[in-house]
Amino acid sequence: MNAEVRPMRTPAEQGLSGELKNLPASGGARIVALRAAAAKAFNDNGLPHRRVEEWKYTDLRTLVREALPISTPAQSAVVEAHARLLVDTDVRRIVVANGAVVPELSDLADLEPGLTIASLAQALAAGGDAVARLGTLEPGRYDAALALNTALARDGVAVSVAPGAKIERPIHVAHVFSGKAAASFARNLVVLGEGASLTYAESFEGPEGTAYQVNSATEFVVADDASLDVVRAQEEGAAAIHLSTLLFEVGKAVKLNAFGFTSGAAVSRTSLYARLQGADSAVSFNGALLLKDRQHADSTLFVDHQTTGCESRELFKHVLDDSSRGVFQGKIVVRQPAQKTDGRMMSRALLLGDDAEMDNKPELEIFADDVACGHGATCGAIDDDLLFYLRARGIPLKEAQSLLVQAFVGEAIETVAHDELRDALVERAEAWLKARG
Amino acid sequence: MAMLDIDNLHAKIEGEDGKEILKGLSLKVNPGEVHAIMGPNGSGKSTLSYILAGKEDYEVTEGSVTLDGEDLLEMEIDERAAKGVFLAFQYPIEVPGVATMTFLRSALNAQRKKRGEEEISTPDFLRLVKAKAAGLGISQDMLKRGVNVGFSGGEKKRAEILQMAILEPKIAILDETDSGLDIDALKIVSEGVNALRSPDRGMIVITHYQRLLNHIVPDFVHVMNKGRIVRSGGKELALELEANGYAEYQQDAA
Repeated sequence: MNAEVRPMRTPAEQGLSGELKNLPASGGARIVALRAAAAKAFNDNGLPHRRVEEWKYTDLRTLVREALPISTPAQSAVVEAHARLLVDTDVRRIVVANGAVVPELSDLADLEPGLTIASLAQALAAGGDAVARLGTLEPGRYDAALALNTALARDGVAVSVAPGAKIERPIHVAHVFSGKAAASFARNLVVLGEGASLTYAESFEGPEGTAYQVNSATEFVVADDASLDVVRAQEEGAAAIHLSTLLFEVGKAVKLNAFGFTSGAAVSRTSLYARLQGADSAVSFNGALLLKDRQHADSTLFVDHQTTGCESRELFKHVLDDSSRGVFQGKIVVRQPAQKTDGRMMSRALLLGDDAEMDNKPELEIFADDVACGHGATCGAIDDDLLFYLRARGIPLKEAQSLLVQAFVGEAIETVAHDELRDALVERAEAWLKARG
Repeated sequence: MAMLDIDNLHAKIEGEDGKEILKGLSLKVNPGEVHAIMGPNGSGKSTLSYILAGKEDYEVTEGSVTLDGEDLLEMEIDERAAKGVFLAFQYPIEVPGVATMTFLRSALNAQRKKRGEEEISTPDFLRLVKAKAAGLGISQDMLKRGVNVGFSGGEKKRAEILQMAILEPKIAILDETDSGLDIDALKIVSEGVNALRSPDRGMIVITHYQRLLNHIVPDFVHVMNKGRIVRSGGKELALELEANGYAEYQQDAA
């Protein structure tokens, strides 16, 4: 037997442990205890490395070289200039800069009946129902990124939709980083009451040349019969490290559709945990990732079917240029009571660069006996016959490639139900292709 | 000088021990002429069409092909299309996610740009497609779908003719356009092709069967076998082949 030997603590781990000595004090006894527990978990376990199965391809011990100071508030004029993503859409925008809500750039007036939006800092100060659910969605295993977020995040957005309220206009939380390299933490909570509906968008962006770090976590509590669309766009600056955690607790007969567009950051990891607790819900988690140079993006999903008759779908499309690397780890667990589960995942990668790499790791753990589950993965170059057909009609090589790449990621982007947001994402994909030249 | 001049063309499948498929093929096509190429399976008909369009799986080892005196074999695939070469595919490929309208417009504008012409305006383009599609029985729904996605065999062939009608090539090569068509579809496709016959345009119609040539009446018929043209004649040659088969040519060449 090999004893688990704790390796030497890295400078980054030591630095982070230093930060964890000064935990925020807001939010009352439960939240304070939550932060302390998260800090202890980090101090005990540190950053994950390649021998930790869920982080096998994204070794944070190696990738996070230093602990940066915690970010300080940014000037709103600078932030405004940087917030470019999804700006042409008719959405209710809330700007979070360096992990803190910027009220003067946020549209918090005339909220629809049944809709409550507060900054998490305010909600924590006020206590009460707004934050009663914060930190209650647990991944069920140690997650370093989430632990750091729980311990260190002071602000973010808390959204709540009353039972039965259908919010037509999407909410867009624009996370912007500006200023000198620092570590920014934001924590968000989205609660949908029974039969409520909402489209929630998150975007992430920051300066190109700065090696900053962003750690975001969002908890989604979705009650019975509710309908939630989540749309994410991650276009962090090229030197950034981006860690995201998404946690979903799903009631019965829920419709949930989450899509993520990724083209930013040097290293990014999105961990998604979904617990399907109610029967007959339909969820889908999809992604389009466009990477180049030496970018590394890891999408790790854990979908937990706990009860009967739920359907889950995952469709991830990676376009990998140069020596970029995509990672897809999808795990579907079907618990013994979760009969009639229908769970499927599919990962497709288009390798444009000779040194590009895609790592796929699908896992199915099935304890029920009447289920339909499946997974598939493909990797390949652009089909030569397709290219020939387009070129034989006069379309030059680069343009033909662009059309085919757009069609490839389009299949995933099309899962976004909201027209304007979908069009905006199609434009982001086009912009990426244009920049490729 | 002929518009399209294929002279002593030898070609093999790319690679060290690639098989030689064309073994000294010569053919001249002038504007306004329709040439039919017939021949048994494996005689090299489709290979000829792919080489003219620029498919990269073949290597020309000898001979030349010129279009209006320019060396066609030196040109990129898309450059050939812009110069007026159009291949109607035997098996048109499905392109999921690229709408037919987007595809047609990209192709037309890319060709125009290459020739130094203005891009077509949206209203003009829509009018053009609408007019051409109606005659070929192509619905608006088909135009919105991905290129050839979910099309029947006949619909795919009609879509090829629509592309040709919009791109208005100088030299059109129709590779077994009749394969997989029933009588009615054959009629629609043939009428579409006949509508595109023009004093400025040459056509090469590759087929196994004389049937197509009842509808698209050629000026010349060539028999191809083992990578060469072994006999040429007028349209009556097609009837003779229909009656006697290819056996005599296959024996001659053996």
